[in-house]
Amino acid sequence: MNIVGKREARIDGYDKAAGRTKYYEDQMPADALYVRIKHAEKAHAIVKSIDTSAAQAIPGVVRVLTCFDVPDISFPTAGHPWSMDPAHCDVADRKLLNTHVRYWGDDVAVVIADNEVAAAQGVRALTVEYEELPFVLDVQKAMEDGAPQLHEEFPNNILKHTGMRLGDYEAAVKEKGLIKVEGWYETPTVQHCHIENHGCFAYEENGRITVVTSTQIPHIIRRVVGQALGRPWSDIRIVKPYIGGGFGNKQDALYEPLCAWCSTQVGGRCVRIDCSREETFVSNRVRHAIRFHITTWLRQDGVIAARKVECFSNQGAYASHGHSIVAKAMGSFHQHYPCPNMESDCYTVYTNRPVAGAMRGYGMPQASFADESNIDDCARAVGMEPMEFRRLNIMPQGYKDDFSGNVNYNDTYRECMAKGAQIIDYERKLKEFANDSGNIRRGIGLATFWYNTAVYPIALETTSNRMQLNLDGTVTMQCGETEIGQGADTVYAQMTAQALGLKSYRDVRVISCQDTDITPTGLGAYASRQTYVAGFSIKQTAQLLKDKILQYACEATGVATTEIDIEDGNIVRKDDRQPIMSLSELAMTAQYNPVHSEHLTAESTFTIRSNAYSFGCTFAEVEVDIEMCKTKVVRIVNVHDCGSLINPALAEAQVHGGMSMAIGYGLSEQLIFDEKTGRPLNNNLLDYKLSTFMDHPKLEAYFIENPEPTSPFGTKALGEPPACSGAPAIRNAILNATGVAINRNPINPHVLFAEFSKAGLINDPWKEEK
Amino acid sequence: MYDMKALYEADSVRHAVELRLEHPEAQIIAGGSDVLVQMREGRRAGKELISIYMIDEMRGICIDADDNIRIGSLTSFSHITRDPIIQQYINVLGEAVDQVGSPQIRNIGTIGGNTCNGVTSADSASTLHAYEAIVELTGKNGVRRLPIKDFYIKAGTVDIRAEEGEIQTAILIPKESYANTFGHYIKYGMRNAMEIASLGCSVNVRLSEDQKTIERCRIAYGVAGPVPMRAPSAEAVANGGKISESLVDEFALAVLNDINPRNSWRASRDFRLHIAVEMAKRCLVESIKKAGGEIA
Repeated sequence: MNIVGKREARIDGYDKAAGRTKYYEDQMPADALYVRIKHAEKAHAIVKSIDTSAAQAIPGVVRVLTCFDVPDISFPTAGHPWSMDPAHCDVADRKLLNTHVRYWGDDVAVVIADNEVAAAQGVRALTVEYEELPFVLDVQKAMEDGAPQLHEEFPNNILKHTGMRLGDYEAAVKEKGLIKVEGWYETPTVQHCHIENHGCFAYEENGRITVVTSTQIPHIIRRVVGQALGRPWSDIRIVKPYIGGGFGNKQDALYEPLCAWCSTQVGGRCVRIDCSREETFVSNRVRHAIRFHITTWLRQDGVIAARKVECFSNQGAYASHGHSIVAKAMGSFHQHYPCPNMESDCYTVYTNRPVAGAMRGYGMPQASFADESNIDDCARAVGMEPMEFRRLNIMPQGYKDDFSGNVNYNDTYRECMAKGAQIIDYERKLKEFANDSGNIRRGIGLATFWYNTAVYPIALETTSNRMQLNLDGTVTMQCGETEIGQGADTVYAQMTAQALGLKSYRDVRVISCQDTDITPTGLGAYASRQTYVAGFSIKQTAQLLKDKILQYACEATGVATTEIDIEDGNIVRKDDRQPIMSLSELAMTAQYNPVHSEHLTAESTFTIRSNAYSFGCTFAEVEVDIEMCKTKVVRIVNVHDCGSLINPALAEAQVHGGMSMAIGYGLSEQLIFDEKTGRPLNNNLLDYKLSTFMDHPKLEAYFIENPEPTSPFGTKALGEPPACSGAPAIRNAILNATGVAINRNPINPHVLFAEFSKAGLINDPWKEEK
Repeated sequence: MYDMKALYEADSVRHAVELRLEHPEAQIIAGGSDVLVQMREGRRAGKELISIYMIDEMRGICIDADDNIRIGSLTSFSHITRDPIIQQYINVLGEAVDQVGSPQIRNIGTIGGNTCNGVTSADSASTLHAYEAIVELTGKNGVRRLPIKDFYIKAGTVDIRAEEGEIQTAILIPKESYANTFGHYIKYGMRNAMEIASLGCSVNVRLSEDQKTIERCRIAYGVAGPVPMRAPSAEAVANGGKISESLVDEFALAVLNDINPRNSWRASRDFRLHIAVEMAKRCLVESIKKAGGEIA
């Protein structure tokens, strides 16, 4: 009986809708002290002194701690698996509180108080004396000689530079008759804007520290807290309850280390850190703003002869996920549009801006915007229809990437484009809109994206899992791959029920909460890995449990293990599928057998040494109001090949969320900074233009289901891919509507005003009079 | 948890005036959708508050003995939008305040708070200016009424006299202003909800009986200057003008003589000037259409 592949309701859906789900704040001990952080109000400075006397005099203030009090330990924060190779370990470049302020919002002191108001008053009462330093916000200016230096060990602020060479680019571009299409493409700093801000609380118990935190990666956080405090890792216990989204921001150690340390400074009492929205924007993580320079050389027939890609990634003040993001971005180009002669370089550069880390898509929304903008420009340069141009140049069926071992088993890109084009009626609209010439112009555009699944072979991919047969015939399952709102627990339940032969996914009790003292070690939620990687350990552990169940069933019934199976929650004879014993009877018999009592349980780890491509595309239809400088997305369609769907309803929900993010990325979202001071200007949900329900048309999600051969359940990445191709599809639709190619996002009214003025679509006669 | 020193709750206008005289430093709070946000940011931390939110006599809309439309200062945005008097006579005001923030904000936010804030971007302000609203203030010496343009002194400052114990109790729209008029409001935002206006434009017209001529036109802007403002040059162009496309264009261009938007990171002056002209055009066209006119 098929349990996977069905549109099932989320196992946590009712409680979430009813407001009963417990998040970290719902579990807060009543006596927790409030920790409020003093954030630097300088972009680059050295803290000379902090006067804490006024803060300490405020009733309710328990303790004030500054950057001069913290242990002299630098630690990394990225939510990457530990590497046994020291050269591959994350850069350790920040302390719990910093005397060297590297961005506006850096953490310099904390006030711990027995109530929220006293803690806030205490922070306002601190006087910080700074020695100001020159600062730099622009990624390429930061690379110049003489630019302000953020970290001594990294000259010219270059955290890392890598490159890739294929064929001979220099020779290839000399071919006669090539057409050159060159552009600079600029992507913005954006923030995840998950509903629940990050927060945590920590206390000491029996010499160990427990941190309950809103994170995606409990087991990794345990290690980082241990590192940051200089404590053995098992001194630390991390508990991850339900969380209100993460999108990668919580794939990083945020304030868990500071919170744990604060507890140790007040005698182990419980302390809480709750980020405000303003802090979340600035003092958590952001998406890397990446600037691309792409030069594509085309033959007259539209074939790409050679391509050069340079990527400059704005890391902000600390390393966090660092070079991994732009390296992934750069690595997509030669696979997405394979060409024999390629030269690519990417740089990750420190600047005095908020720290960039993981965010849904991990470099690919940036790369897709640049790549797909350039590809549309290429199509125009040779006079080809954009989809036709893509069909000609995009990754073919059978393509193999030697580094990851990934194979494009099906002609995924062309299948997805064909389906999307048919659904949105692409070719007819392309013709119809070509005649628009008034103030309102309609346009249609598309963009494809490249993605893969999980992190092999760049980092370890491991997954562990524990299952237990309960006395009522249900099965309890737990693993380290976290539920962060995406619905992971529900698809685990479906996969477990399927692998074991249970009657329903409702017969699986998924322990949603990860507790590093109890939960089998796993790495958490990131890299769109959940369903793919957990599938391996679920299938393997289910097989182990099944073997034990059948062994016991053989003992109890006398029927050989080779002749029995589990189906619909019963032990059945293989021959006629007749039930001979229910799982409940079996579990009771096993548990309460006076001679041979057994608690039937299994646990195992699987190391994944494969990866899987996950591709798709977006089609967008827009209406551009030229005089008002506004774009309305009329229709938007995503098509994904993420393999077999475990739960189509949840898959669609993933795509809808990603499309919403892509619309914001394309049209409105951007964190901006004051050039004169480096101060963030719009770190709140009013001034930061997150797209709203009112800015979306109906979000349309479609799938091509080509089962992934490397996966036990035929699945591959879907968490991040939906956020990748929406922005360039909208950009290309605007180009189609107006003829104006805009090489930066978000394409907001300010940008349209500038671009339309430049293109002569807007003429303000009074400006010429001046 | 808010950092407030004290909260005094008034149960009548008289009580509010007394509290105001007793606590001249206290901040008045109605719906709280601005005051509490500022408090949370630390801007008004540690202040005393006088809440007037429970004073029901300040809530509601009616036509008074002088045929003014009288809007109690505590009337919420959503109440205004759904009110039959507003819908019948000045629907544009209901449409304008329906663009404030989100449904939750529109349920709690009041028109009194929107105007007493003194901010240029308030969604009600441009329409109230375009209808020459009268602000009613009640203090220890009784009622004082003044035109809304005089109520706004400068950005963030309005003419409410604490020493007189004044609170704003109503906003009145005179019959001469609203009778037989049709209006249109455009809020220019960077997104379609949860937005503060980059520019707001409100136009209303009264047409001649044959609907061929504009008898009277009024236009006001928010965010075109430090306080909401009318555009008298543009009104002069339209008043008495024969309805035509060229009249609309001439009217729209004339606003440039009146408005003075600033450069800020939220929007450039050039951008605001550009959309101000376009919005004037579109608001006038829509107003004429609503009034039954046709543009030749």
